[in-house]
Amino acid sequence: MSLNTLFLIILLLSIASYVYARRRAFVNAFGQTDNKRRHSLPAHYGYLLAMWCALPALALLISWKLIEPGIISNMLSSSAPTEVKAAGETAVGLYNNEIFYLADADSISQDLPAHKTAAIQRLQSLRTASKILLTLILSGVIGLSLLLGLRHVNREPRARVIVESFIQVFLVVCASIAILTTIGIVLSVLFESLRFFQQVGFIDFITGTSWSPQTAIRSDQVGSSGSFGAIPLFTGTLLISAIALIVAVPLGLMSAIYLAEYASSRARSTIKPLLEILAGIPTVVYGFFAALTVAPAMRSFGQSIGLSVSSESALAAGVVMGIMIIPFVSSLSDDVITAVPQSMRDASFGLGATQSETIRKVVFPAALPGIVSSVLLAASRAIGETMIVVMAAGLAAKLTANPLEAVTTVTVQIVTLLTGDQEFDSAKTLAAFALGLMLFVTTLLLNVIALYTVRRYREQYE
Amino acid sequence: MSTSTTLNDIIPGSPAIQESTKVDDVTAMLDSIEGTVGTTRVENPKMEMREVDVFYADKQAIYDVDLDVARNEVIAMIGPSGCGKSTFLRCLNRMNDTIPICRVTGSITLDGVDINTREQDPVLLRARVGMVFQKPNPFAKSIFDNVAYGPRIHGLAANRAELDEIVISSLKRAGLYDEVKSRLDAPGTSLSGGQQQRLCIARTIAVNPEVILMDEPCSALDPIATARIEELIDELRENYAIAIVTHSMQQAARVSQRTAYFHLGKLVEVGKTNDIFTNPQHDLTENYITGRFG
Ligand SMILES: Nc1ncnc2c1ncn2[C@@H]1O[C@H](COP(=O)(O)OP(=O)(O)OP(=O)(O)O)[C@@H](O)[C@H]1O
Ligand SMILES: [Mg+2]
Repeated sequence: MSLNTLFLIILLLSIASYVYARRRAFVNAFGQTDNKRRHSLPAHYGYLLAMWCALPALALLISWKLIEPGIISNMLSSSAPTEVKAAGETAVGLYNNEIFYLADADSISQDLPAHKTAAIQRLQSLRTASKILLTLILSGVIGLSLLLGLRHVNREPRARVIVESFIQVFLVVCASIAILTTIGIVLSVLFESLRFFQQVGFIDFITGTSWSPQTAIRSDQVGSSGSFGAIPLFTGTLLISAIALIVAVPLGLMSAIYLAEYASSRARSTIKPLLEILAGIPTVVYGFFAALTVAPAMRSFGQSIGLSVSSESALAAGVVMGIMIIPFVSSLSDDVITAVPQSMRDASFGLGATQSETIRKVVFPAALPGIVSSVLLAASRAIGETMIVVMAAGLAAKLTANPLEAVTTVTVQIVTLLTGDQEFDSAKTLAAFALGLMLFVTTLLLNVIALYTVRRYREQYE
Repeated sequence: MSTSTTLNDIIPGSPAIQESTKVDDVTAMLDSIEGTVGTTRVENPKMEMREVDVFYADKQAIYDVDLDVARNEVIAMIGPSGCGKSTFLRCLNRMNDTIPICRVTGSITLDGVDINTREQDPVLLRARVGMVFQKPNPFAKSIFDNVAYGPRIHGLAANRAELDEIVISSLKRAGLYDEVKSRLDAPGTSLSGGQQQRLCIARTIAVNPEVILMDEPCSALDPIATARIEELIDELRENYAIAIVTHSMQQAARVSQRTAYFHLGKLVEVGKTNDIFTNPQHDLTENYITGRFG
C-alpha cells in the first residue's frame, strides 16, 4: 500500500477510536446508578484512544521512511559489480544514484547493460518487499496499541490530564522544530563560512575595504586572487538602510499617531488598509519605480542645482525602500498606541494637558517598547531587502558615505555571487555564506541591543 | 462625622442595584419624575448648572438637570448604576469632550462664567476643575514625575526648587508624603492601590484647582484606605469645592454636606445630606437609600 493510503487508514482508525471511546464513556457515565462525577469529559477519552491509535503508528511510519532509503541502498551496493566496488565508495554512491534515477524514470531504455537492468529489478523488488513488510508491521502495531489503548481507557484514567500534558508536549515539539531549523541554518552557514575563511583570512574579510570577488578561472590570469573586503558592502547596507529608516520612521510614526489618536474610526478603517497595501506591493515593482522614476528624477533635480547624482544612487533606493517599509512602522505602532489604556489619557486630559502633550508625555512613553520593536522589524526588512537595491542602487562596491553615489549591499552581493554557473567550493561562492553569516550576526546584535535598551527603559517606568 | 452613627443604623449596607429595565417601565418611571425635590441652588455658588441635557449620539443620558456646587462643600451624587452620575460629573470639566458622540446642552458656569463657550479653553478649565477617577490611574512614571506632570505642563514652577516645593506639599496634603518620601523616583505604579489613589489626588491638587471632581474614588480600595481618603476629602474641603460620586451610602453620609440623588438621568432630589438620609421626600430616594430599590 502506498504511503498516502497508510496515512489515510491511520487517520480513519483514529477518528473511529475517538468516536468509539467517547461513546463508551458517555454510556458508562450515564448508565451508572450512583451517577458519580467523572474525572474527564467523554471527549477526553476519545482523544486518549485516538492518540493510542495514531501516535505509535505515525512514529513507525516516519522512522521507517527515514531509514528505508539507507538500508535499500546498502543492499544495492552490496550487489554492485565488482569493478564499481573496486573504484571506491564515491563510485558506488554514484552507481546507486544512477540506479535510483533509472528506476524512477518512466521508461527504461533497451540498451542498458544487463547488470544495471538486474539492479533496477532488484531495487524494485526491494521496495515492494519493504512496502509489504511495513504494512504488516504497521497492522501489528496498530492492533497492539489499540488493544493497550482500550485497556487503558477502560480503567478510566485521568484522561483530561493526559490529554493536557500531550498538548503541552506537542506545543514544545512545534517550538523546538522552529528553533532547531534556525540552529540548522546557522550551522550550515557557519560551516560553509569556515571553509571560506580557510581560503581568505577572517581579519582581511571584516577589515578589508576593497571588494572584487572575481577569481580567475585559469591560474595564469591577471588578478586571480580576487579581494574579499566586506566593509564596502556593509557600509552600503548601512547607508541604504539608514536612508530608508530616516524616511520610514518619522512618516510611519506620525501616521500611526494620526490614525490612533486623531482619525475618526471611519477614517481609520479606510486609511489603515490603504497604508498596508504598501507592504503588499512586490519589491520588484518598487525596484523599477525606483530605477525608472525616482532615480532619474533625482538625477535631473541634482543637475539643476549643480550636484552630480549618479544614475543609480543609494538615495533613490533608500527612499523607495523607506516608503515600502512605512506600513511596518505605522501599522504596528498604531496597534500599540491604541492599546495604551484610555485611563492614562483621561488622567492626562483631566490635568489639563492638550492632546499633543498627552501623546508626547504619556501615550508615547507607554507605547515605546512596542514602537521600538516595530522600528526593528522595519530595519531588519530594510537590511534584508535585495530587489530594490539591485535595480536602483547598482552593483558597485564603493566605500562611500555619499548617498548620491552608487553603492551595493550585502544581500545584493550574495545574489550575484550565487547566481549563474558556479563551483560550490571556490572562494567566490563560499564568500556568499560568509556574508550571510555576518549579516545574520549584525541583525542579531541589532535586536539584542534594542531589546536591552527597551528593557532598561521599561524597568525604569513600570 | 456626627451623623454617621445614626445613619449607619438606617442604611442596611449598600443599595440593592436591581434595575427594572423593561422599556415601557422605564418611560413610565421617567415620566413619573417631575422636576427636582429640594433646593438645587445655593448662595454664591462655585459652579451652576442650568437645564443640562446630555446625549450619547441619539440616546439621552441626562435630562434637564439644575444643580449648584457651593464653595467649600462636598456634594455627593448617588443613584443606581447607569443613572448618569459619571456623565453629569464629566460635564463639569468638559471631559465629555473627549467622547466624540457625546453632546452637552444647557449652561454650566464656573464663578459665573459659562464653561461651554468657544472662548473657554477646556485645557485651562481642567486645570481649575480637577478630576480623580474611579480606578487609580498613575502614569507609568516616577512618583515625583506623576505629581510634577500638571505643574510642568501648566508652567507653574519657575525652577526645580519651586517644582520640588509643589510636589512635596501636594504629597503632604494628600497624606502620602511620609510613606513615599524616601523613594520619590520609584514608579507610581509600584504603590498599593490606596497609595496610588492618594497619588492621583496629589497629582490633581498639584495644579492647584478650585474644584475637584471625584468619580467613585474609593471603589477599588479597602476600608482602611477608604477611611484615609475620606479624611483627606474632609480636609480638602477647606480650600476646594468637591463633587463626589459614590455608591456607598455610608460614604456619602460621612463626607458630604449635600447629597443629590439621580435616577435614570434625572436629578430626583437634592438637599442637606442629613435630611436626605433621615427624611427623604421622594419615594424613589427613600427606596434607594433604604435598599428597597425597584
Ligand atoms: N461613552 C458612552 N457612550 C455611549 N453611552 C454611554 C457612554 N457612557 C455612558 N453611557 C450611557 O449613559 C448612561 C449613564 O452612564 P454613566 O456612566 O454616567 O452612569 P453612572 O451613573 O456613572 O453609572 P455607574 O454608577 O455604574 O458608574 C448609561 O445608560 C450609559 O449606558
Ligand atoms: Mg460611573
